[in-house]
Amino acid sequence: MPASFFDVDGTLVRTNLLHPTAFYLANQPNPLRSVLSLARAAAGAPRMVLAEMIDRRRFNELLFAVYKGISRDRLHILADEAFDASMRRALYPGARDLVQRCLSQGHDVVLVSGALDVLMERLAAHVGATAVIANRLEFQDGYATGKLLRPIVAGPEKARLVREWARSRGQDLDECFAYSDSYSDVPMLSVVGHPCVVNPDLRLGKLARTYAWPVIHLGERPAMSDLLERLP
Amino acid sequence: MTTRSSSALAIRSGRARGSSHPLVVTLDKRSGPRVVFSGDRLLEIDLPAGTRVVYPRPPIEPLKDVDAAIRYALNHPLNCDPLHAKLRPGMKVVIAIDDISLPLPPMRRPDARERVLTIVLQMLADHGVEDVEIIIATSIHRRMTGEEVRHAVGDRIYDAYWPDRLYNHDAEDPKGMKLVGATDHGEVVELNRRAVESDLLIYVNVNLVPMDGGHKSVAIGLCGYRSLRANHNPHVMRECWSYMDPSKSALATSVERMGRLVEKALNVFHIETTLNNRMFDRPLEMLHRNEDDWSGADRAAYKGLAFTLSKLPQSARQAIFQRVPSPYGVTGVFAGECEAVHERTLERCSAQYLVPLEGQADILVAGIPYISPYNVNSFLNPLLVQVMAQGYLFNLYKGAPVVRKGGAMIIFHPCTDQFDKEHHAPYVDFFHDVLPQTRDAVVMHKEFEEKFANNPAYVEMYRKGHAYHPAHPFYMWYWGEAGRQHLGRVIVVGADNDYVPKLLGWETARTFAEALAMASGGRRDPEITMLHIPPIVMADMAL
Repeated sequence: MPASFFDVDGTLVRTNLLHPTAFYLANQPNPLRSVLSLARAAAGAPRMVLAEMIDRRRFNELLFAVYKGISRDRLHILADEAFDASMRRALYPGARDLVQRCLSQGHDVVLVSGALDVLMERLAAHVGATAVIANRLEFQDGYATGKLLRPIVAGPEKARLVREWARSRGQDLDECFAYSDSYSDVPMLSVVGHPCVVNPDLRLGKLARTYAWPVIHLGERPAMSDLLERLP
Repeated sequence: MTTRSSSALAIRSGRARGSSHPLVVTLDKRSGPRVVFSGDRLLEIDLPAGTRVVYPRPPIEPLKDVDAAIRYALNHPLNCDPLHAKLRPGMKVVIAIDDISLPLPPMRRPDARERVLTIVLQMLADHGVEDVEIIIATSIHRRMTGEEVRHAVGDRIYDAYWPDRLYNHDAEDPKGMKLVGATDHGEVVELNRRAVESDLLIYVNVNLVPMDGGHKSVAIGLCGYRSLRANHNPHVMRECWSYMDPSKSALATSVERMGRLVEKALNVFHIETTLNNRMFDRPLEMLHRNEDDWSGADRAAYKGLAFTLSKLPQSARQAIFQRVPSPYGVTGVFAGECEAVHERTLERCSAQYLVPLEGQADILVAGIPYISPYNVNSFLNPLLVQVMAQGYLFNLYKGAPVVRKGGAMIIFHPCTDQFDKEHHAPYVDFFHDVLPQTRDAVVMHKEFEEKFANNPAYVEMYRKGHAYHPAHPFYMWYWGEAGRQHLGRVIVVGADNDYVPKLLGWETARTFAEALAMASGGRRDPEITMLHIPPIVMADMAL
């Protein structure tokens, strides 16, 4: 039985890693702490922008450091609220249908995301995905240390994790599918037999045209996409 | 170059076979070259003396008042009540129309669909019918774009109905299809739900060739993969002699069974329109005619066009041909019950396309033009070149194939390894993954088709983008099956590579003379017949 591996942010939902984090920062136990947390995050923003440009994994580490000190119970409550408040509504029209179609073909549907596992588990339950490969916070005595457990799910590491996941279940990668909107996921797209580009930016769209990968639009089809896809 | 009238040639040639009709020209030693399409280029080829060249009939005179003919057909339908008698206020009506694959190339505005829709919609409004939806019967073809729909239905209808009440059929919408039943041969009929649940379904067809229209309109145009599997398979395709002769086509027989089931279950009113074959307007009008009859101006126009095409990049050549709609004329409008209507349509088709021809050839020669039903506004990719050769052109006959069993077909096309990345996205995978593994259509059907047809990414591209359904490339291969089984060899002249023809199971020749030598197989005086297309001509064969 093959698997379909889905990137999440920008692929199935229009939100990104910052949205749930911002939700967490804005929902501290009291308004003063919320303001302070947001101010601290804003001050660290240039560092994160730089990290994003250099190494996606470093960006993830910096981003999730803001969770330092949160209890496991509180994280789950916040994940429920963040999912209901932002992610559920941000699901692209057609995303659920696509996942259901994969399931109807007997595929395992695996969400592969740099977001936190607690949030991805809720999304998986909502769309019907069978498994999640996502980042996990490190906990000590029930409280987050602000560090991520290894391996960090980002960029090329996603490809290795997908390979391992398939191998551990005896799946033939040539038969598997992968879906992503991001150029940083080209390694993941490249290890499966059926890569598919979703809502691509210019750079990924160009690569998809070069390799004749299928291109789909789950959200609003950008006005330029018709023109770009007509290019030989 | 000598020019002479076709009838003079026919008399002078003295060959016994096939020279009795003025549109069948037997060449002699003094004959000049003939013009063939090689994709979006034009070539002149020298054919040996004795070659029969079959020319299309001149365009039938179009109706003088098409709107009056439409009104007459609606009010005097065949085997059923007039349309107005079927209408009542508050009823739910669906109008289904043919998609972009008809006619080829798209016709100059107003399209026949626009003319019929304008009158039908007015009649519906006059009778208080307001719940009207127009569905483009794409089956598993690609969705038409807004601009393509506007061209077909006209500005007024487009602006009033698109996209909420005028839309493309979606054969993969899980909630959008409804089972009608199964025939006594087990053929499952599953159609567009809205059409099935309507009180009245009106089908507006544009009939180009005999394989269009009739029961195919609803039973195929509004169905999906589940239904198509019953007859779009190699076993059925091998029993079609030919697609253009419904009485000898297993495909048409299967569709007829499905269509009769549809007619029993649904209230359907058919409107069919026939077109003449006026594909080219001035200054390309001479492409309809025998080169021997060309005037000096015709020859100059041809030379100018051929020179221009030879200097332009491919995209510009494609634009020249595809951006210019054809000046087709409407030759008939028939309405009413499906089979009675279609019988009249077929009569009109026969009158336009059939040219009597006696005796099969050893070698069939044909140029492959730039367009097929499946590449309007995109490139004719290698799989479609195959469809054109072994599917459509081979099948342009009634009675018996133009070429004998085991004979050769010589075609002209560059066979460029190029695919439209959106329209033909699943074709790429088929061509470079499935075809290198097998050319056996039965093996493909058994081992590859279903999994490929259910590829979620390609299905999504079909549903939300403008890609053909992933089952379509398989059907394109099966479409060539009868030709593949019948022909001994296919030789391509002018291919820009060897591997595409090889993948298709074809041979290549650098020149037409080389191709002829290969096709002759040592035989000194092979019978050669050339179909001079486009425009469309069909051989009415007698053995």
